[in-house]
Amino acid sequence: MSPERMGIPNTANIHIEPATVNDPDDLWGDSRVIVNIGPTHPAMHGALRMVAQLNGETIEKSYCEMGYTHRAKEKLGENRTYHQFVVYTDRLNYCSSLLNNVAYSLSVEKLMGLEVPARAAWIRMICAEMARIIDHLICVGINAVDLGAFSYFLYGFHQREEAYTLIEKLCGARLTTSFTRIGGLMYDAPDGWEKEVKAWTVETRRVLDEMDELLTGNKIWCMRTKGIAVWDKKQCVEWSVSGPVARAAGVPIDLRKTDPVMFYKDVEFDVPVAQNGDVYDRYLVRMEEIRQSLNIISQCCDKMKKGPIWVDDKRVRIPEKEVVQNTMEGLIHHFKFFMTGFDVPAGEAYTSFEAANGELGFYIVSKGTPRAHRMRIRGPSVWHYQTLTPMVQGYKIADMVGALGSINVIAGELDR
Amino acid sequence: MDSFDFIVMIIKVLFVGMLMVSMAPVMAWVERRGSALIQNRLGPNRMGPLGLFQSVCDGIKFAFKEDMISSHVNKFYYVLAPLVSLVPAFMTFAVVPFASNLVYEGHEIRFQVANLNVGLLYVISIASLGVYGIIIAGWASNNKYALLGSLRSSSQMISYELSMGLALVGAILCYSSLDLNTVALYQGQTLIELGGFAIPKWGILLQPLGFLIFCTAAFAETNRLPFDLPEGESEIVAGYHLEYGSLKFSMFMMAEYANMFTASAMMVTLYFGGYQLFPGMHWLLEMMNLSGLSADIARVAFEMVSFFVKCAFFMWFYVWVRWTLPRFRYDQLMDLGWRVMLPLSLINILLTGVLVYYGVI
Repeated sequence: MSPERMGIPNTANIHIEPATVNDPDDLWGDSRVIVNIGPTHPAMHGALRMVAQLNGETIEKSYCEMGYTHRAKEKLGENRTYHQFVVYTDRLNYCSSLLNNVAYSLSVEKLMGLEVPARAAWIRMICAEMARIIDHLICVGINAVDLGAFSYFLYGFHQREEAYTLIEKLCGARLTTSFTRIGGLMYDAPDGWEKEVKAWTVETRRVLDEMDELLTGNKIWCMRTKGIAVWDKKQCVEWSVSGPVARAAGVPIDLRKTDPVMFYKDVEFDVPVAQNGDVYDRYLVRMEEIRQSLNIISQCCDKMKKGPIWVDDKRVRIPEKEVVQNTMEGLIHHFKFFMTGFDVPAGEAYTSFEAANGELGFYIVSKGTPRAHRMRIRGPSVWHYQTLTPMVQGYKIADMVGALGSINVIAGELDR
Repeated sequence: MDSFDFIVMIIKVLFVGMLMVSMAPVMAWVERRGSALIQNRLGPNRMGPLGLFQSVCDGIKFAFKEDMISSHVNKFYYVLAPLVSLVPAFMTFAVVPFASNLVYEGHEIRFQVANLNVGLLYVISIASLGVYGIIIAGWASNNKYALLGSLRSSSQMISYELSMGLALVGAILCYSSLDLNTVALYQGQTLIELGGFAIPKWGILLQPLGFLIFCTAAFAETNRLPFDLPEGESEIVAGYHLEYGSLKFSMFMMAEYANMFTASAMMVTLYFGGYQLFPGMHWLLEMMNLSGLSADIARVAFEMVSFFVKCAFFMWFYVWVRWTLPRFRYDQLMDLGWRVMLPLSLINILLTGVLVYYGVI
């Protein structure tokens, strides 16, 4: 059968331009195989794309592309009121949307100089840690799936679903929670919720031990992850890598310790730090962080007491239904509150919070109007994704899959 | 060959053929329910009792799906590839005996489709043809991932066939025969007598190292996890059968399960006494106190039960391993094949040779 009939164009008469010299991004110059990994490749978490030039199975050169999930969130932040933007934060890192809600509310509250009451802060802490746990569970689970260990993933995934059930009891949604409000919360936690959460932490701890037994010491798992995709301490600092990936390389920075907000200074927890900065250490750091987060959650459950969940500030507080439906002033206030939003004093604030993947920051510039003048989001995945190309240089395709899983790039947060 | 032998032959061929064909749906069910058991979930349970008809539905779905052929494939080889991998997979089981001979009115009935005196060589040679199907599929698909998959599979198969063949040399030295029926009969002897309890001379006791090598190599040969690199769904999407759909895809799946079954049958025949009864079943047979033809038929039935129970255990073992272990990387797989398995199998041959020479086994 002729090449044309097989769909291969006849290249005899086509003039091929010579390869550009010394262009590191140029892959198309020579005759090596170029594979297009993504944006719909099963190992690409979300729509990510990597173009890799292969020598056998080794990635010789590659480049990464982002932007397939771009939804102009930051621009939307300038066109929506502060409350309306809460729902957009859900779609940042959709594996831990509660954490994004909390981080966003904290940043607006910082700009307005508000402090939420104790109960709201405790609930927010539980939410943040629970979101961190489910994010880590899915990260280590998917990392294992990519390397072929499917059962491990489902062990963790079951606990994740249980956590979602608890979250559903809290705010009625499982994935897109939109739970926090500026200066408070959507709802108070239902009665006995903290007891259920505590029971969940006990069960999760047991499941974690099971997961540890299944995979942590496994010879094949160690062979596949140790010494793979190393990103050392110096590189982490140079490339602004944060979160578990940086801590796996020995950068002992955790914003919950170094810059504590809410009640993080009142709870006891350790920050796990590893040294090698490979896939295995990232896995270990994440597993240990889940345990520490479980510690934090059970302490929060013990310490939280009944009380108000809204800050006593008429500017941000959503009026009570009682007042809205029975008084004229209440109704007008409610209408104005939701139609135009509330004014935030002029100024600018950058608030960062330790999200599951690293430093999640909101930079908000206000000109005193109900909408932000400028809104920028620092999603940790952007900083991690740029390291992927140099990180996997010279490794095999299979290692690239493991490396991508271990830096946990979430497309929603990456492209925003 | 008179008409009786002819009819018996037809029945045997049909039995084995149907066995191989039904292996895919049954194993698909076992795989799903087994993985569900391991992963603490339910698995398919809606279609029929315990979800047994799920595989039937899948079969129907495969049959009625549009048989698409992408425009960029090489059509002849593309269509040929599933056949090339399916036919050898079905052929290999022909020489495996699943019960001992039965004499009926002067006719000797062999429970084996073909009685070859080079049965073992036949199995190895035909089984190694299966890789051509995978190579052709990867090449004809004209897809980079499919090609990577078939490249992986060809190098993997060749590397592991070496150690597999060498592990079998040890077994052949022990049994001094290539005929699988003789091999099975040999394992019926008693190794040692322990207080009235006879320990049979099963291959696993004579060739423990050989069994380990053979078992590992069999996993690699059948492309099952932890050696499922030709598929490697997270790395190279689906590998060699990436461009296949409908019945062509299911033919690859049937070939995989048929290969698994043959590999299990080989493990059983070579190392676990083949159709030899489990310890204790002899006693049960004597308790039944039969004589004449009915005794023979009962013996054959018992032997078939023990053979298929042993095979089922190994099939389950495949499923069990698949849902427990992560996948190797390509170079680690090669490392294991050439630097660990090959020397080990050579050591096994040396050890067996010495032991056979001094008459220990």
